[in-house]
Amino acid sequence: MSPKQPSRRRFLKNGAALAGLAVSATKGASPLVAEPSPDRVDDLHLYGERSRFVGSVRNGSIDNPERRLPNEPNAYGLKTPLQFSAGMITPASLHFVVSHGFEPPDIDPREHRLLIHGMVDRPLMFTVDELKRLPSVSRFHFIECRGNSSTAGPGGPSRVAKNATVQDTHGFTSCSQWTGVLLSLLLKEAGVQKGATWILAEGADPTKHSKSFPIAKALDDMLIAWDQNGEPVRPEQGFPLRLVVPGWQGINNVKWLRRIDVVDEPYMAMMETSRYPSIKPDGESRWFEFELGPKSVITRPAGGQHLPVAGFYEISGLAWSGAGAIRRVEVSIDGGRSWKDAELEGPVARKAHTRFKLPWTWKGEEAVLQSRCTDDQGAVQPSLAEMAKIRGLDVDFFKTPTVSVGDINAIQPWKVNRDGSIENALF
Amino acid sequence: MRFSRLMRSAVFLLVATAALAQTPSYPNVGRTPTKQEIQAWDISVGPDGKGLPTGHGSAREGVAIYAAKCASCHGPQGEGGKIGPRLVGTKEDLESLTTLKPVRTAGSYWPYATTIWDYINRAMPRNQGGTLAPDEVYALTAFILARSGVIQEGDVLDTKSLPKVQMPNRNGFVPQNFADIPDAKKRGCKQGVCP
Repeated sequence: MSPKQPSRRRFLKNGAALAGLAVSATKGASPLVAEPSPDRVDDLHLYGERSRFVGSVRNGSIDNPERRLPNEPNAYGLKTPLQFSAGMITPASLHFVVSHGFEPPDIDPREHRLLIHGMVDRPLMFTVDELKRLPSVSRFHFIECRGNSSTAGPGGPSRVAKNATVQDTHGFTSCSQWTGVLLSLLLKEAGVQKGATWILAEGADPTKHSKSFPIAKALDDMLIAWDQNGEPVRPEQGFPLRLVVPGWQGINNVKWLRRIDVVDEPYMAMMETSRYPSIKPDGESRWFEFELGPKSVITRPAGGQHLPVAGFYEISGLAWSGAGAIRRVEVSIDGGRSWKDAELEGPVARKAHTRFKLPWTWKGEEAVLQSRCTDDQGAVQPSLAEMAKIRGLDVDFFKTPTVSVGDINAIQPWKVNRDGSIENALF
Repeated sequence: MRFSRLMRSAVFLLVATAALAQTPSYPNVGRTPTKQEIQAWDISVGPDGKGLPTGHGSAREGVAIYAAKCASCHGPQGEGGKIGPRLVGTKEDLESLTTLKPVRTAGSYWPYATTIWDYINRAMPRNQGGTLAPDEVYALTAFILARSGVIQEGDVLDTKSLPKVQMPNRNGFVPQNFADIPDAKKRGCKQGVCP
C-alpha cells in the first residue's frame, strides 16, 4: 500500500494570513493536551486507511462542471455516497461539502481565536484550547444543504434523471457526532444584554461568510463544534471551529467560526438576503427560512443499483427532520397503494439521521419502493404532488430546473424493473 | 458564594496587565479583548448603516477602481464574467422575478445597499477580502448602484447617504417586519416551507 501523498493538501497558500487579524500580544496559555506533530500521519500503521478494494467517494460539481451554479462559478458541491451508507454516521471523509468558491483556509489552531462581543456585559476572546476546556456536549446532528434533493438549479437534471443514484438525488446531507461547547454557555458567560434579539456569526474564510440568527436559536441548541466523530473537525468542515445549527439549512453552519456579535436586528448579510431567499411565483421572496422539513429516502435498493437475484433484501434508508426526532417511517413497495411501518434503528436522535429498515422478498416483479417519514411534531413528508399543493403550484413546476423553491423534501420513489434494474421514478 | 466571587473579582482587578477576564463560572478560560481588537474584528455593517466607517465615494471614482480590481472577474461593465456573477441590474431583471428564470443581481434584487458595501469590504476582490480602503468600497458600491440606475453617477455615498438608498427590491421580501422573522409558527412555516 502506498503512503498518503502530502501534496493532496490543497489549502490556499495564504490561508493562514486570512485566518484572522493579529491578536494582542498576550499569548494564550499552553494547551492542556498538546497536539502531536503531524509528521507521522503518512504511516498507515499509525493513521489507517480503507481497503484498496473500497472505492466509494463523494461526487459532485467538482468533476461535473455542468452542475456548477452559474452565479457562483467557483462554488462546488460534493455529495455523500449514501448508497454505501450504513447506520447513521457519515465518515468525515465522506461528509458532504459545499464550498462557495474557495478551498478551505489553512488555519493554525494555536493562532485562531473566537470573539464574542456586541450587546454583552463581558466581551470575550477564546483560544481553541480554552473552548475545549469548557463543559462540552456531544450531539448527533445531520447537516443538509438547502438545495439537497432539489429539482431546481444546475444540479436539477442529475437529480431527476432516470439513472440518478441516491447520491445524486439526496447526497447533500450527512450526519456526525459533533462535540463542542454550547453557544448558550458562551453567551451566558458574556452576559447577553436586554434588547439583544439577534446574533451574527462570522467565519474566517476568504469571504468572511456571515449569517444572522434569532437569539432564541442561539440560546437553544446551537453548538460550536471542535470535534467530529472523534477527531478534530476537518478543514473542509470548518477546522478548528464549526458552528452547528441543528435542523437548519446548511448555510447556517458557519465554518471556520471566528466571531459572534450580539445585536438587535438581523444584519442582512449577503447569503441570507440574496442567494438563500426562495422566490414565489408572484415574484415575492421569502427570506430567513430556517428549518428543514421532514425527509426520508431509501438508500438500498435504490437508483442505479441492480437486484442480482429474486430473493430476500433488507430495504434500508435514512430519515430526518429539522424539527426534531423521527417518530415513524413507512415504506411502500407497491407504488404507494399500501404502506408498512419500518423499524427504526435506535437510539433515535433529534435532528439527526435515523436509519430505518424493512425486510422484503423480491419475487422478480415490477415494484416501486418509497419511504415516508413523520417527525415528532407530527409533520409528514409529502409526495411531490402534495408538496406542490402546499406551495400552491403545479407538479410540472418542479420539472423546471431554473427556479429556486426552497427545500424539496418530496417522497422519493424508486422503480424496480423485472430485470432487477432500479431507476429514479420521481417524475 | 457571591462574596467569594466578589473577592475573586477584586483580586483580579488589582492584577495590572491581566488581560484575563474572570468569567464568573469558568476561571481562567478566555480573556477580555481590547477595544482595538474588537474594532478591528468587527467589520459588519447593518441594514441601518451601523458599522459603516468614515469615508465616501461616487460612481465617478468607482470607474477606475472597478476597471482595475473588479472587471477581470465581473466583466468590464459589471455584466458578469467567467469567475464573477453579474452585478449590475436592470428593470428587466427585477421583472424576471415572476418568470421561470429569475435573475438576482446586486443592483436589482438585493434589498440593502449596505449589504453590497459589507460584502465588497469583507470578501472582494476574490481571495483578497479586506484589502480595499473604505473610500474604495463606497466608490464601488456607488458604481454598481449607479450603473443599475438606483443612484446618479455623481451621487456621493457615505455613512449617512448609503443606508438611505432605496433599493428597487427592498419591499420584495417577506416578512417585512423584522420582529416577525424569528417566530416560525406565527409566520406559518411548515415542514421547511414558509408562506
